[in-house]
Amino acid sequence: MRRFSWFNATSLTLGFAFLYVPMIILIVYSFNKSKLVTVWAGFSTKWYGELLSNQAMLDAAWVTLKVAVISSSIATILGTMAAYVMVRSGRFFGRTLFSGMIYAPLVMPEVITGLSLLLLFIGLNVDRGIMTIVLAHTTFSMCYVSVVVSSRLVSFDQSLEEAALDLGCSPFQAFRLVTLPIIAPAVISGWLLAFTLSLDDLVIASFTSGPAATTLPMKIWSSVRLGVSPEINALSTIMIVLVTIGVITASLITKHQAVRQKREERAAERVS
Amino acid sequence: MRRLALILVPYLWLLALFLVPFVIVLKISLSDLAMSIPPYTPQLDLAAGWEGIKSFFSQLDLENYVWLTEDELYWKAYLSSLQIAVFATFLTLLVGYPMAYGMARAPEEWRPMLLMLVILPFWTSFLIRVYAWMGILAKEGVLNQFLMWLGVISEPLVILNTNIAVYIGIVYTYLPFMILPIYASLDRMDDSLLEAAEDLGCSRFSAFWLVTAPLSKQGVIAGCFLVFIPTIGEFVIPSLLGGSKTLMIGKVLWDEFFSNRDWPVASAVAVVLLLILIIPIILFQRNEQKQREAEG
Repeated sequence: MRRFSWFNATSLTLGFAFLYVPMIILIVYSFNKSKLVTVWAGFSTKWYGELLSNQAMLDAAWVTLKVAVISSSIATILGTMAAYVMVRSGRFFGRTLFSGMIYAPLVMPEVITGLSLLLLFIGLNVDRGIMTIVLAHTTFSMCYVSVVVSSRLVSFDQSLEEAALDLGCSPFQAFRLVTLPIIAPAVISGWLLAFTLSLDDLVIASFTSGPAATTLPMKIWSSVRLGVSPEINALSTIMIVLVTIGVITASLITKHQAVRQKREERAAERVS
Repeated sequence: MRRLALILVPYLWLLALFLVPFVIVLKISLSDLAMSIPPYTPQLDLAAGWEGIKSFFSQLDLENYVWLTEDELYWKAYLSSLQIAVFATFLTLLVGYPMAYGMARAPEEWRPMLLMLVILPFWTSFLIRVYAWMGILAKEGVLNQFLMWLGVISEPLVILNTNIAVYIGIVYTYLPFMILPIYASLDRMDDSLLEAAEDLGCSRFSAFWLVTAPLSKQGVIAGCFLVFIPTIGEFVIPSLLGGSKTLMIGKVLWDEFFSNRDWPVASAVAVVLLLILIIPIILFQRNEQKQREAEG
């Protein structure tokens, strides 16, 4: 029997209050009429209106979305390939270096990753813009994808793949028809992880973008560094609400699937 | 043939966009500043053959690293980053452990919900979560207003732009990284061990100390590293919440690069920072290995 004492209840209440009160305050003040955070001057949605008429902000949001979709998609392909190589390929020349390069970006401080990529792009004389941000984001997020996917591949029964090969599949067909459907949840969560990492990144994007491309975090950064601005409160509220809806939907879907799976298993038991 | 392509594509990508850039940083950290624009001397002249390579290497020097040891700004920044990271990790553990413990003790049907509540902030923007604290900790901010309304203080406290604000920011943003591994290790724990301890005469407190704490050690270690390693190079939190006296190496590196435009020194700062990080990373990997062996 696990005991749920007053101590546990208090620590959870205080802890979750600590996590959520700042966000709630942010949301409340996004509806404040006054420009000052300190004075409550009545309910108003004017900051939302100003946000939506701020063309530079909207452009930055569009750039961010484009970068996130493209980079997380490439990162998912490359990361899944890398995971497959790590788990299935056995020994090959330079394997240690390869696994080192997969794990190193996970612990590398962002300032260093950003700095080194900027120096590369300058050295190669590449024009910096959306393309260079995509390259940078793909590189660090493919490592996250490969960690997520390889943990799923490790626990996956290889004989299923071998059976498909015995039955006349080409290796690619076996991957597409057998392996991919089984590891799909990991691939999808890898994509989502890469997508949010890209949406959230300030430091690496600041190093690798040129004057032509500004991402939303860079835009937020330049306006909050000067102090608190109510437009950013409105933007934060929109982002928090979108994320909450997304996460709740996703968890409802997984819960629904789990229930359905359990029901099917029970039905199968009854038949046999 | 297919297998080769499968290996080569991610391999070459990482070589070109991870390893090569890092080698460039290393090279520039050993170079001299030539009119603050690239190219830096020396340059590799492959057309000159072996002589070119030899003269390239003989011209590299450790001048920038010597500079790092001479100017006290840098080693002070390294030291204070380490200090802030250690203390912040400890504070995060202090806040995170009771939460992870409470979650693991919560009724079974609550746990997925609690877990989601811990993960949710992780999906919302890091920058915005740090920014939220600017409005709370400011002199006329929500916290001071609340405390003055309660009558606890009569003068507003100065918290924003001090190290205290940096600590609050770090604990706040990295808390999920601490809670999740500790929760995982506590959740796996076999409750009958606790019952046995109490049957054998332990008080609840000593049962916790003798049974639960050692069993959650791996989770605590993992959580501490997950907070400590990214905190050292942190840039956003000290820039937004810290004051002019808050010295963290990530911020120094950024300023060196973007404001002073001294790229060779910035590169040397990056190389040393990485060397400092390698020790905890190796320790972390060893710990993971031990954990895997213990489980397998």
